[in-house]
Amino acid sequence: MKIAVCVKQVPEAQHKRLDPETKRLDRSGEGALNAFDANAIEEALKLKDGGGEGEVVLVSLGPEKAIDALRKGLAMGADRAVLVADDAATGSDLLATSRVLAKALERENADLVLFGQQSADSDGAVLWAAVADRLRRPVVSQAAELSVADGKVRVKRQTEFGYDVIEAPLPAVVAVSDAINEPRYPSLKGIMGAKKKPQETLTAADVGVDASDVGENGSATVVYALGEPPARGDVQKLEDDGSAAEKIVEFLAGKRLV
Amino acid sequence: MTTLVFLEHHEGEFVKNSLGVLGKASSLEGDTHGVVVGSGVKELAARAGAHGASKVFVADDPAVEAPLPQPRVDVLAKLVRDGGYDTVLFGQSVLAADIAAALAARLEAGLNWDLVDLVEQDGKLVGKRPALQDSVYADVGWSSAPRIALFRSGAFDPSETGGEAQIEDVAVELEDFSANATMVEQAHAESEGPSIEDADVIVAGGRGLGGPENFRLAEELAQALGGAVAATRAVVDAGWYPYASQVGQTGKTVSPKLYVALGVSGAIQHKVGMQSSGTIVAINKDANAPIFEFADLGVVGDLHEIVPKLTELVRQRKS
Repeated sequence: MKIAVCVKQVPEAQHKRLDPETKRLDRSGEGALNAFDANAIEEALKLKDGGGEGEVVLVSLGPEKAIDALRKGLAMGADRAVLVADDAATGSDLLATSRVLAKALERENADLVLFGQQSADSDGAVLWAAVADRLRRPVVSQAAELSVADGKVRVKRQTEFGYDVIEAPLPAVVAVSDAINEPRYPSLKGIMGAKKKPQETLTAADVGVDASDVGENGSATVVYALGEPPARGDVQKLEDDGSAAEKIVEFLAGKRLV
Repeated sequence: MTTLVFLEHHEGEFVKNSLGVLGKASSLEGDTHGVVVGSGVKELAARAGAHGASKVFVADDPAVEAPLPQPRVDVLAKLVRDGGYDTVLFGQSVLAADIAAALAARLEAGLNWDLVDLVEQDGKLVGKRPALQDSVYADVGWSSAPRIALFRSGAFDPSETGGEAQIEDVAVELEDFSANATMVEQAHAESEGPSIEDADVIVAGGRGLGGPENFRLAEELAQALGGAVAATRAVVDAGWYPYASQVGQTGKTVSPKLYVALGVSGAIQHKVGMQSSGTIVAINKDANAPIFEFADLGVVGDLHEIVPKLTELVRQRKS
């Protein structure tokens, strides 16, 4: 079985900032593999190991240096990496990103496409559904358990109401929850071997997407301005002297909350 | 502006977040219509009139009974194309997020997510979008129509306008790939009382509770306050409480009127899921817990002593 895992490089938590000029996330600093994507890679590796054969290929859209994040996935055990790196794609929103990824995935024609549950930078948790629609494949998100048998994927989906069990025929797109597994750490051998694994860097045109359909030109959302969050009121802190329960009730009564 | 609002429902009731979004939409200029997809949902659909929809489309068909996204994308895409809607709004949920994103791809339309407000500003529609752990509020918008948006749970309170909606049946026509995913077993509510998305009051328990048996304290207080119980990731991971109750970066984002945090440290991963709550009260024995930096009322003390008393006092007030 061939499994494609869509991954993303995100800025390290301590470097996360928005560029006041472009109003976009500043991606110039240190980056790392989006931690939620490690769950998707882990699940792909488990499926490959369980099936005895197959291939796990990482697919990403990002700046050239994002190859470092893909190498982490290769070090975990993925076989190959494909990065679409194109200056024209800077600032791509959901629409433009899904357009490029869908084309890159069409080239791979994997039996199963996996995503992590969200991106740690933009808190996006929607990309898979857009990609699946472009690929015209079934999609299931929030997979807490996943198995493949008889050409079908079976998923236990976490929702607001509990767990659903959903089945879909392959080829399919699945987004896994971070509850699905504990990603492995790359071994030293894995890290050493990662550099030698096939790594392809492509332009948008290489995957068949016109430069005018990516980046800001290919996007339909804009950021007008950045501002401060609304201020919260005064913060009160008190030590319990035995009357804390009464004081809480008084406080809540003052706000008409009890 | 002509707006279509996706009205999500579960076990015969609208999800509160959908109704909140509907109310918000109807407060803006223009026509606001709703769409209900499911099986045996006509009576339910009529009720949306009271929450601000002047017309409700009903796709009532056993083929779309299961809450799966792709058949709903087909229904909405056709409505938007035929009806010329320029704005399509959703309340955040696992289902709604998948529908909204696929609809964006299908219609080549922009999607903004995690919005907490929507305003008309200088002739433009502007969404308010907290970013970077809510430390920044971005004004976001769309460069073309249709405009699609997903709103954070609890962003708006449902309003009762008392109006009546015109009901219009729509036929379900599915794309070849849309019915491929099938529901084998559908989830039912695991607990009684409101879900955390629907609750005005949430009592959350963290590691400071000391053990799963002490969630009883949170449950009793929640019951007294008429609210729901939430949990931090640490205690969900430890198996103390079900995942459906998890609030935070990898769980749910909620903004109830009152959030009472018991033994919750207030780490950033939890904070992002609840900091837009109306009023936050925290009880924690660690005076240095980060939650005291943003709780409206923070109490340093032993929750095992304070909470039973607090529950009793709330009960007395209510009776």
